Amino acid sequence: MSLDPEYLKSERSQEWRTALRSKIKNKERTAIQRVHMPEQAPEVRVKYQDREVNLGITAEMAALEASRCMDCVTPTCIEGCPVNINIPKFIKLIENGDILGAAATLKETNALPAVCGRVCPQEKQCESRCFYVEKMNLNSVAIGHLERFAADFERASGTSNIPKTAAPNGIKVATVGSGPAALSFAGDMVKYGYDVTVFEALHEIGGVLKYGIPEFRLPNSIVDFELDNLKKMGVKFETNFIVGRTASFDDLREEGYQAFFIGSGAGLPRFMDIAGENYNGILSSNEYLTRVNLMGANSDNSDTPVIKGKRVAVIGGGNTAMDSVRTALRLGADRAMIIYRRSEAEMPARIEEVKHAKEEGVEFMNLCNPLEYFADEKGMVNRMRLNRMGLGEPDASGRRRPVPIDGSEFELDVDLVIVAVGVSPNPLVPSCLPDLKITKWGTIVVEEEKMQSSIEEMFAGGDIVRGGATVILAMGDGRKAAENMHEYLQKKVSNPTKIN
Amino acid sequence: MSNKIIEKEYFSDKVIRFVVENQKISRSRKAGNFVILKIGEKGERFPLTIADADPVKGTITLVVQIVGVSSAKLAALEIGDCITDLVGPLGKPTDIELKGTILACGGGVGVAPLLPIVEAFKKAGNRVVSVIAARSKDLIILEDQIRKWSDEVIVMTDDGSYGRQGLITAGMEEVIQREKIDECIVIGPAIMMKFASLTTKKYSIPTQASLNSIMVDGTGMCGACRVTVGGKTRFTCVDGPEFDAHEIDFDEMLMRLGGYRAEEAVASNKYFQK
Ligand SMILES: Cc1cc2nc3c(=O)[nH]c(=O)nc-3n(C[C@H](O)[C@H](O)[C@H](O)COP(=O)(O)OP(=O)(O)OC[C@H]3O[C@@H](n4cnc5c(N)ncnc54)[C@H](O)[C@@H]3O)c2cc1C
Ligand SMILES: Cc1cc2nc3c(=O)[nH]c(=O)nc-3n(C[C@H](O)[C@H](O)[C@H](O)COP(=O)(O)OP(=O)(O)OC[C@H]3O[C@@H](n4cnc5c(N)ncnc54)[C@H](O)[C@@H]3O)c2cc1C
Ligand code: SF4
Ligand code: FES
Repeated sequence: MSLDPEYLKSERSQEWRTALRSKIKNKERTAIQRVHMPEQAPEVRVKYQDREVNLGITAEMAALEASRCMDCVTPTCIEGCPVNINIPKFIKLIENGDILGAAATLKETNALPAVCGRVCPQEKQCESRCFYVEKMNLNSVAIGHLERFAADFERASGTSNIPKTAAPNGIKVATVGSGPAALSFAGDMVKYGYDVTVFEALHEIGGVLKYGIPEFRLPNSIVDFELDNLKKMGVKFETNFIVGRTASFDDLREEGYQAFFIGSGAGLPRFMDIAGENYNGILSSNEYLTRVNLMGANSDNSDTPVIKGKRVAVIGGGNTAMDSVRTALRLGADRAMIIYRRSEAEMPARIEEVKHAKEEGVEFMNLCNPLEYFADEKGMVNRMRLNRMGLGEPDASGRRRPVPIDGSEFELDVDLVIVAVGVSPNPLVPSCLPDLKITKWGTIVVEEEKMQSSIEEMFAGGDIVRGGATVILAMGDGRKAAENMHEYLQKKVSNPTKIN
Repeated sequence: MSNKIIEKEYFSDKVIRFVVENQKISRSRKAGNFVILKIGEKGERFPLTIADADPVKGTITLVVQIVGVSSAKLAALEIGDCITDLVGPLGKPTDIELKGTILACGGGVGVAPLLPIVEAFKKAGNRVVSVIAARSKDLIILEDQIRKWSDEVIVMTDDGSYGRQGLITAGMEEVIQREKIDECIVIGPAIMMKFASLTTKKYSIPTQASLNSIMVDGTGMCGACRVTVGGKTRFTCVDGPEFDAHEIDFDEMLMRLGGYRAEEAVASNKYFQK
């Protein structure tokens, strides 16, 4: 919808926007330097697991940054956004001083702007497609910082506008899981008038947003605020409910649910299957982050324990690895090390996370790979053996394949090892639906345009389809699924013979 | 799903039986399944086996032994209180078939998870011989219920204060010597399962052990519960909790049970090597 050129043109030609464009010359706009996100000083922030690193830009900074945007005729940035936010419109609203209007624009297409403004890899998405980058070789407009600013402003203003919902149509639908895919699906379906229930296996709603991404990057209170909005819109939440276990899909059909959205994520940790990996003190990043983020194990009044390592090795180079290593620092590590088998250029983690990690004193041991772990007499890990890697020919992923260097083995003293080498799709749902088509990797096969699975009333999206992606792609899937499930159900309703 | 406690019964001062309202789980659970509980906002997630269920009343039965903070927090709840979070049923159910003669062995609080399995095997038409064991008389639990579903029950106590004096393995040997056993199931402290498993291995009796690994989520998400079976790493919560006992690396399992190993080793050594 918002990629439609006619629509974009009509929005762009509104009087206020035309006026705003002529207020400042483009030359002056492009002369302004990109805003710097104010940050908590590294030596302070490493002491607090629960204090955000990025402090957010001020209203003045936001207004100035917004004025950099030239409100392009062909806003390529929108094409770079997986949910096609009307980027120039929200930025121009900020420039015009209508921050709540900007927030409302974000919410037209993005159910969780305060989340996305914090965790999206904008440098690979909208910002990489900004005119400043594509045509002028300058720093892009800070779209992500502005998104966060507008969303935070709205939350602080207390005048959060709850999106309008259609009159209830009485049709029950359910989601399996409560990560970003399911939440954006639920938000859209409730807007269409459906009776939506979100089923979550854990005791908290939010999926990775709660159990994975740490407080210093995404405070739970922000996720809770967005959840509250969904509640106000009428979405129902059931925690401690494993679809396929607590009740079967047939049970839920009997209770009147007519269609399902599967957003069960890719939550299964992978290990490397090397000698000594089951010693105590070696755990998956999921376990480590869950203990801290979901169970609050870092605080004294929590019953859940966590090992506070002094010499911590984190295996991997993705966001999960960065979140783990930075958490280890905050829990008191003297040495917090990233052990990654490729070089920094191949690291899948967000650039900002790598930068922050370096500032905080994380040691990067790139082009290294673990071979074996050793333990003390109690079975607690105390040492590991690694070898160095070189880069060979590009592999299937297009990245250069790491190859071990002969005779490069060395040892390292460690007292905590966190394995963050990837996750696999959660097999629970596929295992209880024999007719559901899955790939050899265990992801659910969907018709890409519709997110519809091989079982017609089941749609799916997010990591269970993609095998591991991003918050925004998961949310985009949820939206697409909602739109198509709506169409599917409306057809079914107008052709009632198909309903039992 | 209120998770309200409607019955509470002390088997001993450390072992308590709870009947808890949860209609959904009472209907969907099978023998061998467990639940994860969390008590209070700051509570820890910990697993307990579903010892029994009544789908008509919509209740499940849990038997807990007080060993640390979480079990003590549960024990402190009274009739009418609600368990903050309760999720399940988790784990693969026991493979119940008509196999012939089943040797069912339970040590300590392990008798609680054994009960639904004994019942299911009996109902499937098997001959069931149960051996239940504990350190002393007051730690023998659920004897009457086990009797109800067993053709024969042997009770062993460490100190001889009840039943026969000796280790569970002595009771097992006796049965194995005198009749053909088609399958054995053992549930109890890891150290007991290790020795029980060594016993049946001598006689090549197919044996399942139900493991009590440390868990966090119970849904396969964290790997805290990993255990080596047949040389491969498996997750107890989703691949188990029952595994082929002769393939389990019990020493690694004991090591992974972690910090409390020292205290438990003292107790078990006394129990098994005396
Ligand atoms: C540590 C970490 C950091 C990350 N950082 C970033 C980042 O900075 N930026 C970014 O864009 N992406 C990041 N990602 C990736 C991103 O979080 C995921 O791609 C995204 O959360 C996927 O969303 P989802 O809705 O598919 O599933 P999830 O968020 O995985 O949620 C799935 C939920 O479904 C539940 N569930 C599973 N099975 C069932 C069932 N049968 N019944 C009921 N509930 C069930 C699970 O308990 C879980 O809560 C990160 C991931 C991790 C782990
Ligand atoms: C699938 C499964 C089913 C289970 N079913 C039952 C059940 O039906 N009834 C029941 O009482 N328990 C059962 N357990 C064990 C139970 O989960 C633990 O005893 C409990 O989590 C201990 O928590 P805590 O906080 O009370 O003790 P913690 O504070 O965690 O531990 C305190 C001390 O208790 C001892 N301890 C802790 N865990 C165990 C253990 N697993 N085995 C022996 N000693 C231990 C140690 O000495 C430790 O130092 C089961 C475990 C699993 C994995
Ligand atoms: S491409 Fe850049 S300058 Fe152009 S509209 Fe988008 S954000 Fe503004
Ligand atoms: S308890 Fe987390 S994977 Fe088994």
